[in-house]
Amino acid sequence: MSDASPSTPCGGCGGCGGDAASGGGRRRFLYKVGLGLMGAGSVAAAAPIIAAAMGPAITEYPEQWVDLGDVSQFPAGETRYATFMNPWTAPTDGLTSKTGCWVRHVAGSSSAATAPVAGDFQVFAVNCAHLGCPVRWFPQSRLFMCPCHGGVYYEDGSRASGPPPRGLFPYPVKVEGGHLWIDAGRLPGLEEAP
Amino acid sequence: MSGASPTPAGTPAPTPPPAGGIRGAVRAVGGWLEDRTGLVSMLAPIMTHRVPRSATWWYVFGSATLMFFSLQVVTGILLATLYAPSASNAWQNLVYIDTQVPYGWMLRALHGWSSNAMVVMMLLHMGQVFLHATYKFPREMTWIVGVFLCLLTLALAFTGQVLRWDQDAYWGVGIGAAIADRIPLVGNQVRALLLGGPIISGETLSRFFALHVFVLPGLTIALVGFHLMLVLRHGISEMPKVGEPVDPATYREAYEARVHKTGVPFWPDAAQRDLVFCGLALLSLVAIALIMGPIGPGGFPDPTDIETNPRPDLPFLWIFGLVSLIPPASETIVMLVAPGVLILGLVLLPLISNGGERAPSRRPFMVLGVVLAATALGILTWEGATSPWSPVMDAWSASPTPVKYVKDRSPFELQGAVVLQNAQCRNCHSLGGEGGVRGPALDDVATRLSYDQLVRQIQQGDGNMPAFGKSLTAAETEAVARFLLTMHPANERTSDPPGALLPIPPQQAERP
Repeated sequence: MSDASPSTPCGGCGGCGGDAASGGGRRRFLYKVGLGLMGAGSVAAAAPIIAAAMGPAITEYPEQWVDLGDVSQFPAGETRYATFMNPWTAPTDGLTSKTGCWVRHVAGSSSAATAPVAGDFQVFAVNCAHLGCPVRWFPQSRLFMCPCHGGVYYEDGSRASGPPPRGLFPYPVKVEGGHLWIDAGRLPGLEEAP
Repeated sequence: MSGASPTPAGTPAPTPPPAGGIRGAVRAVGGWLEDRTGLVSMLAPIMTHRVPRSATWWYVFGSATLMFFSLQVVTGILLATLYAPSASNAWQNLVYIDTQVPYGWMLRALHGWSSNAMVVMMLLHMGQVFLHATYKFPREMTWIVGVFLCLLTLALAFTGQVLRWDQDAYWGVGIGAAIADRIPLVGNQVRALLLGGPIISGETLSRFFALHVFVLPGLTIALVGFHLMLVLRHGISEMPKVGEPVDPATYREAYEARVHKTGVPFWPDAAQRDLVFCGLALLSLVAIALIMGPIGPGGFPDPTDIETNPRPDLPFLWIFGLVSLIPPASETIVMLVAPGVLILGLVLLPLISNGGERAPSRRPFMVLGVVLAATALGILTWEGATSPWSPVMDAWSASPTPVKYVKDRSPFELQGAVVLQNAQCRNCHSLGGEGGVRGPALDDVATRLSYDQLVRQIQQGDGNMPAFGKSLTAAETEAVARFLLTMHPANERTSDPPGALLPIPPQQAERP
C-alpha cells in the first residue's frame, strides 16, 4: 500500500525513502516515461480495436444487382413472391441470407406484343415500413397486410392504413436478358426513396 | 458506517483448543484456515450487521431478484457449454438441447422462466423502493445503480430472446433495427453496429451472443456487487413512518442510534424472511419450468417464410403494444426520446428529492405514479399479448359466414356475402365473434351506416380502413353494401329512412 507523506513530494510509491532533490527527479522522469509509454501503447492497441468494433458502421456495403429470374415468372397484373440470396454473406449466415420480396407486374403496362421493361415492375421489400415485420399480399383485396401492428398497403405499395409512416420500400429494378434484376443487399430503412 | 472493515491486526489468531478425534481435526483445520485467511472475521460482521427491526416482508424482492440472477448465471454457463452461436445451426442446436441432451430441456426451461421471474422480482423490488422512498438520503446512489441494473436486466432479457434464433427472434431483431434506423443522423450506423452488417445475419447472432454471455453479465455482476456494497454501507432502510421525515443533516446519527438500540442481526433474524420467500419462489419456478417446459424455439428462422406472427417475449409485450396504440406521428419521439427521458427521470429522482416524508400516505402523487405505471404496464402487456390491432390473417378463409346471416337473403345479397369473405374484410371485421377486431364488428353495421355511407366507406375507406374502390367493381361494392344492410337485429331499424332504398333496378342486378 502506498503511504505517501509530505516528505515525499514526488507522490510516488514512497519506497525510495529519498526526497525530491536526490532520487525524486529520476523517479519522476521514469514516471513520465512510463505514462508516455503506456499512453502510446494504449493508443496503438486501441486504434485497431476501435476500428474493428466500429467495422459494421464504417464499412460500405454497396448494393448489388440480384437476379430474380425470368420475367415470365411474373405475369402482368399479378403480384408474386420471389426470394433471393443476399449478395453480402458470411460463412455462418445459414438461411438468414435468404431474402423475400414482392414483385408486382403492373397490369396493362405493356402490351402482349412487346417484352416487359423495368418500368412495368415494382419490387417491394418484404419488410413493413413501420418496424420491419414481413407483409403478406392478399390478391383478392389487392392489399399488403402486416401481422405485427396492422400496417396495410395498396398494391402499388402506398400506405393504406395503420402505423407505417410511409409506403413499402421499393428496390431499384432493371430488366436485362429477359431476367428481372433488383439492386439489393441491405435491410431497407426509412432512408430508402419512396 | 459499514462495519465491514475488519482489521486483520485487530483480531488475534485464535488458538485451537486441544481436542481429539475428527471434531478436533476439523476444528484445527478450520482454525488454521481462519488464521491464514480471516474469512470468518471478515464475513461475520457483514452477515450479522444490525438491521432495523421494522424490516418486513416488503424487503424480500431484492433478495429474490439476486437469487434468480444467480440461477441465470449457473444455468447460463451450462447452456453456453451446449449452445453454438451460429446462425446456420443455432436453431437446430436448441432442438438438440431440448431432445437429446440429458435434462437439457429443463436447463432451458429454468433459464427461460427464471429470466421472466427475475424481471418480475426486479420490478416488485423497484416498486417497493419507490413506494417507500428508500432512495432518499443517504441511499441515492443505491437507487441510481439499481436503475442501471434494471436496464441491464432488460438488455439481458432481450439479447437472450435473440439467442433463441427462431422466427420471433429474427423479426424481433428486425424491429430493434427499425427503431435504431429512426435515430436522426447516425441511425444507419447504429443499425449496422446492432446487426454487425447490412442485414440480419450470422454476425448479428454472434454479437448478441457476446453481449448476452460476456458484456452484460459482467457489467451486471459488477453493479450487483456495488449495489450490495452500498446497501451495507448505508444499512437497510426502516419502514417509513408518518411524521418521521428524512433530514440529511441528522438522518445518519438517528439511524445508527435506532439500529444500535432496537436493531436485530441481519443473519439470521432478518434473513429468515428472505430465506422463506426465496425458497418458495425457487420451488414455484422449478414447478413452472417443469409444467411449462422450455420457451421455444418457435418457427425456423427462414426470412423468406413470411407466414409468421412475430411477437416479443413477456418483458417486451408492453412496448409491442405501445408502438401499436400511439398515434403514428408520435412514434419516433416515443421510441427514441421517451426512454431517455424516463431513464433520466429515474436517475435524477433521488437527487431532486432526497429528504422529507417517506410514508406513502404522505406522498400521494408518487403512489398514484406507481399505480398508473403498474396499470399501464399491465394493460399494454395484455394488449401486446392479444394484439387486437393485428389483422387475423386467415379469418377470410378460415371463419365461415355465420349461417343466420345468409338465411333468407336475396341472391344479390348472398353474392355480397361472398365478396365480403373473399375481399378479406373478415381479417379486420368480425362476424358472429370471429375475425379481426381492428375494425368494428359488422353484425349490426346497418344500424350505424346507411346504404350510401356503406358504399362510400368501402370505396374510399376512412380513418384506418383502406379504400376498396380499385379492388372491387361497382357491382361488388353494391352487393357488399346490400348484404351489410341486412346486418341488424330483427326489431331494430336500419339507419336508412324507410323507403329510402329503391329496389335494385334489373340492369344493375344483372351487371357482372
